[in-house]
Amino acid sequence: MTDKKDEHEPDRHDPDERGHFGPYGGRFLPEALIGAMDELATVYEKARLDPDFVDELNRLLRGYAGRPSLLTEAPRFAEHAGGARIFLKREDLNHTGSHKINNVLGQALLTKRMGKKRVIAETGAGQHGVATATACALMGLECVVYMGEVDTQRQALNVARMRLLGAEVIPVKTGSRTLKDAINEALRDWVTNVEDTHYLLGTAAGGHPFPMMVRNFHKVIGQEAREQVLEQAGRLPDAVTACVGGGSNAIGIFHGFIDDPSVRLVGLEPAGKGIESGEHGATLSEGSPGMLHGARSYLLQDEDGQTIEAYSISAGLDYPGVGPEHSWLKDTGRAEYRSVTDAEAMDAFQLLSRTEGIIPAIESSHALAGTLTLGRELGPDGLIVVCLSGRGDKDMDTAATYFGYTEG
Amino acid sequence: MGRLDPVFARARAEGRAALVGYLPAGYPTVDGSAERLAAMIDSGCDVVEIGVPYSDPVIDGPTIQAAADVALKGGFRLRDLFRVVEHVASAGGHAVVMTYWNPVHRYGVDRFARDLAAAGGLGMITPDLIPDEAEDWLAASAAHDLDRIFLVAPSSSAERLTSTTAATSGFLYATAVMGVTGARERVGSAAAGLVARAREHTDLPIAVGLGVRSGDQAAEVAGFADGVVVGSAFVSKADEVAGVRELAEELADGVRRPVVPAAQT
Repeated sequence: MTDKKDEHEPDRHDPDERGHFGPYGGRFLPEALIGAMDELATVYEKARLDPDFVDELNRLLRGYAGRPSLLTEAPRFAEHAGGARIFLKREDLNHTGSHKINNVLGQALLTKRMGKKRVIAETGAGQHGVATATACALMGLECVVYMGEVDTQRQALNVARMRLLGAEVIPVKTGSRTLKDAINEALRDWVTNVEDTHYLLGTAAGGHPFPMMVRNFHKVIGQEAREQVLEQAGRLPDAVTACVGGGSNAIGIFHGFIDDPSVRLVGLEPAGKGIESGEHGATLSEGSPGMLHGARSYLLQDEDGQTIEAYSISAGLDYPGVGPEHSWLKDTGRAEYRSVTDAEAMDAFQLLSRTEGIIPAIESSHALAGTLTLGRELGPDGLIVVCLSGRGDKDMDTAATYFGYTEG
Repeated sequence: MGRLDPVFARARAEGRAALVGYLPAGYPTVDGSAERLAAMIDSGCDVVEIGVPYSDPVIDGPTIQAAADVALKGGFRLRDLFRVVEHVASAGGHAVVMTYWNPVHRYGVDRFARDLAAAGGLGMITPDLIPDEAEDWLAASAAHDLDRIFLVAPSSSAERLTSTTAATSGFLYATAVMGVTGARERVGSAAAGLVARAREHTDLPIAVGLGVRSGDQAAEVAGFADGVVVGSAFVSKADEVAGVRELAEELADGVRRPVVPAAQT
């Protein structure tokens, strides 16, 4: 943890005061929620400049979440990437096993500042739900997590973790019964109970101020990584890679390097069974601008503006929208977005496990797969920092089935 | 001048509230929805709101979600919407469209407004579009002479009541309760307070929605509002044309016997 550069201070990468990143972002939400969004924005703007808030958050990140997270070089994995040097930013080592805890601790503190007692959240893979349930247990807040029924099945272990932590988990049975529908249901709860409830959104999407606020809580990833790579490699990386579902770990690590023009920012989206199959979640690569869940951003939609259901083997990337700042970074060219199939991600999942003894989340495995390709492009002089956003314990059922580990 | 002004003026002259009924286009089928909406007009709805089925209806409760699902699974397309509007308008009904914003954005805001006006629609209710983000709709509604009906909620601040009512034409839509759509036992007591607060900012007619399902509730709302919006209750009666007809008649009777609210204590 560094106090040299304060990630919470306003800077030129903040959206305008109504939350627009270029033509993206904003607030496309019912009027009934605008009061709560205004309150949240006001409380957050005050908190981000308040040393007491920043200190309290930093104390939790250090003493509870386990920050700073390591930056680990992965030389045996890198042999498969054309010999480029590869460093893993180890968000998997955080308490609760992913980057999600950074944002959750920040928003839980804000919840208390707003005097609200009840927290609701959506979750896909369950990582955000677990992190939220954890912070609520720590701070004595009531916690309700909405999770698509399909995801409760493929991430059963995380459902049990949340329940153990005292959260109520509500399986959502509408629509595609995945992350998108969990967000719909959380929004319905929020509009009904907004007076005493904070919606602790888990990604850098949604209406203003969520995309900016969630990003700022994750900026610590990039700031640490930048310092660590300078120390360990003696230079800036050629590229930083991260997986993109809603895009919170990516936006967090990207921002550590956004003012370093020589560093390429590369987001990896899920291509699922292949872009041509139509079963994917490659929103930025294949979508078009539209509104979903409160912001204008790229979106998988049909010609009538109906959302197209996303697909990925990874529950955390199975989302047809994306955070609005990624749309802006794509259009301005500051970041580039590529896609990785289920098969490529699962190969990288197994490869990292066997070459480095680190079992990554399937979400993060998309970033790893993209890094292998990018490393070959860069050649042996290349240097890449990849955000290992979470650990893979939760994915053992999926992996065991995929690779047939449980057979005879 | 709003396109719906004469409708509300006439109701006011008759000492009653206007009845506004909602049904999604395409539910139970495209032709079936046109037929039911015409029946609602015929049986006493002064205005009908024609809903646009949408994949992610975040402020709708289970009844309207299920109806949207049926419509979309039945192959509903936006072009069908304009056909339904045309059917209702040509039968002499006053029709507005109620839609989440993304379908309009995707279709093209000006193109949507043009096609809606051409079909005989009078305006649009936009539950997830606030005036702050509505620049293109403000322009398109002016260009095609359509009412833009924005919503206010019990949580709306005085500042937002001012800006929202300033951008609104036709009528102001006051959501009675904090929550999603769906029939309720009681219409929230917040509704009367919200209407009173909104009146401090505007002379627009104010219609109250979310939760009304019976003639008695309609009478109660008619006691303090200029219009009574009924949605989910119509949807749940839409299996049969006779069902929506019967409900429209009951509600039309309700809005004609406003219950003047007891003095606040």
